[in-house]
Amino acid sequence: MKKFINNNDDFLKESLTGFGKAHSDIINVNLDPSFVSRKNKTKDGKVSLISGGGSGHEPMHGGFVGHGMLDAACPGFVFSAPTPDQMQAAAEHVDSGAGVLFIVKNYSGDIMNFEMGAEMYSGKNDSIITNDDVAVEDSTFTTGRRGVAATVLVEKIVGSLAEHSGSLEECKKLGEKVNKNAGTMGVAFTSCTVPAAGKPTFDIGDDEMEFGVGIHGEPGRKREKIQPSKTIVGNILEAILDNLKPEKNEKNLLFVNGMGGTPLTELYLVYEDACQILQSKGIEVTKSLVGNYCTSLEMQGVSITLLKCDDEILKHWDAPVHTAAMRWGM
Amino acid sequence: MSVSFLISQAKSVQKVIDENSAEIEVLDQKIGDGDHIFNIQRGLKLVVELEDAIKDLPLAKALNMIAMKVLSGIGGSSGALFGTFFMTMAKSSDLDKDVNFNKACEMIISGIKAMKERGKADVGEKTMMDVLLPVSEKLNELKNESEFKPGLNEVIKIAEERMLSTKDMLATKGRASFLGERAKGHIDPGARSSQLIIDTICKSVINN
Repeated sequence: MKKFINNNDDFLKESLTGFGKAHSDIINVNLDPSFVSRKNKTKDGKVSLISGGGSGHEPMHGGFVGHGMLDAACPGFVFSAPTPDQMQAAAEHVDSGAGVLFIVKNYSGDIMNFEMGAEMYSGKNDSIITNDDVAVEDSTFTTGRRGVAATVLVEKIVGSLAEHSGSLEECKKLGEKVNKNAGTMGVAFTSCTVPAAGKPTFDIGDDEMEFGVGIHGEPGRKREKIQPSKTIVGNILEAILDNLKPEKNEKNLLFVNGMGGTPLTELYLVYEDACQILQSKGIEVTKSLVGNYCTSLEMQGVSITLLKCDDEILKHWDAPVHTAAMRWGM
Repeated sequence: MSVSFLISQAKSVQKVIDENSAEIEVLDQKIGDGDHIFNIQRGLKLVVELEDAIKDLPLAKALNMIAMKVLSGIGGSSGALFGTFFMTMAKSSDLDKDVNFNKACEMIISGIKAMKERGKADVGEKTMMDVLLPVSEKLNELKNESEFKPGLNEVIKIAEERMLSTKDMLATKGRASFLGERAKGHIDPGARSSQLIIDTICKSVINN
C-alpha cells in the first residue's frame, strides 16, 4: 500500500483537520463526535440538511457543506457508516427550529445508524433515502438499489430549495423527485485500498473491468474484458435509459463522476461519448457536471448519472452554491 | 451475568476474533467491502478498554456504557446492531438483583430480537441473523432447564451449522445482496464473527 498516511488510527482525524483548515472560510470541523458544519449558523426558519456516510468518497459529503447545499455532514470511518451520536450532535448544532432533513444513501449500515440518530434527536426531522444505482435489481425482498452519485444532485437541488424557504415537507418531496428522476451506473478498472486493510479490496486483471460497481469497491453486476470507451459508455447508458425512459422532449442533466483515480481528461472523453450517444437517441442534455464528486478512494473508474429535469429542478440546479467542492453563482 | 463476567468475556472474544481476523477479512472482501473485521476489532478494543471505568458500576450502568461505546465507536452495520443489542440488555428489569443463567438468557434473547428489528433481516438472508436467531430460539428452550451444559453444547453446534449454511445462500440484505449469484459459495463474515463470539462465550460458561 502506498498512501499518504502517518498511522491508521489518526488517518481520518488528520484528514478532517486539514479539510477544516483548508476551507476555514466556509466550514468548521468538529471532532469527537465528528461532523462538518457551515461556518455561519443556519438562519432562522431554514430547514437544515444533514448527510453523511463512510469516508473515502470525498468530496462527498463534507465538501458539499455550505451555502446552497448541506448544513452539516457526518463522516464515518473509511467505507463505514457514521454513528448515531454524530447525527444527533450535528442536528443539535445546526437546527434553527425549522427541522432537519437527513439525506441517506441506501446502504444497510447508513440506514440503521441514521435511523438511530433520528430517534435520538428530539427536534423535528425527516429523512430521504437515495437509491439511484440501476446496476442493482430492485425488489421488496432485498436491500434494493444503492444510493450513489445522484446523492450529490439531491443535495445540491434540495439545498437550494431549503435556502429559498422550502419547508421540511417540500424539501423531502423535491429530494424524492430528484432521486426518482435519476439513474446511475458505474464501472471500475481497478480496486481500491482501504487504509486499515492495506491491500486492494478485490483482485482484477489488467484487461478487466467491473461493470456496475458500487462506491465501496464492492463488486457489481459482472466482470468483463475492457472495451473502447464508446462501448462501455453505451452499455452504461443503455442500462440507465432502460430504467429511466426519458421522453424525447425532456431536458436532462448529464453527470460524469470520477471514482478518484481516473484523470479529468478521461472523464471529459466519457462525457463526449455520452453526449454523442444520447444525441443519436434524441435525448437532450441541458446541464452538465463532470468531475470527482462521489469517489471510492483511488479507484479508477467512472459513474454516469442521468437526471430528468423539470423547471423546478433546473431552477434549483442553477441557483448559487458555495461549498468546498462546488461553487457557482456567488 | 456480572460486570466482571462481561469484561472477561470481552477479553476472550477479542483474543479469538484477533486469531481469526485474516479469515473474516477475506470473507468480507469476497462478498462485502472489507470493513467488518476492523469494525468488530475496534469495538472489542473499546469495550476492553472500558474495564477501569465500568468494573465497579452496577450491571445496568455498565451495559449502558458498553452500548454507548459500541454505538459511537464502531460505525457501519455492526455498530448499530451490537449497540442495539447492549442497549436492549441494559434496559432489562431487575438488573440490581442477581442475574442468574435464566435471566441472562432472557436478556440475550431480547437483545437479539431488537437486533432483528433494527436490521430488518430474518433467517435465510445471509447475515449474522442466520446464526443469532436460531441461537436465540435454543436459549429460549434452555432457560427453563436445570442442566444447561449439554444445552450450551447444542448452542455451539447450532451456531456452527448455521454459520456454515450461509455459504450457499443468496444474500438479500446488506452489501452482499448487490452481488446476486456471485455471493454464493462464501460464508457470510457477520455470521462467522457472531458464531465465534457465541462459541467462545458458551465454552467459557461450560468450563467454569
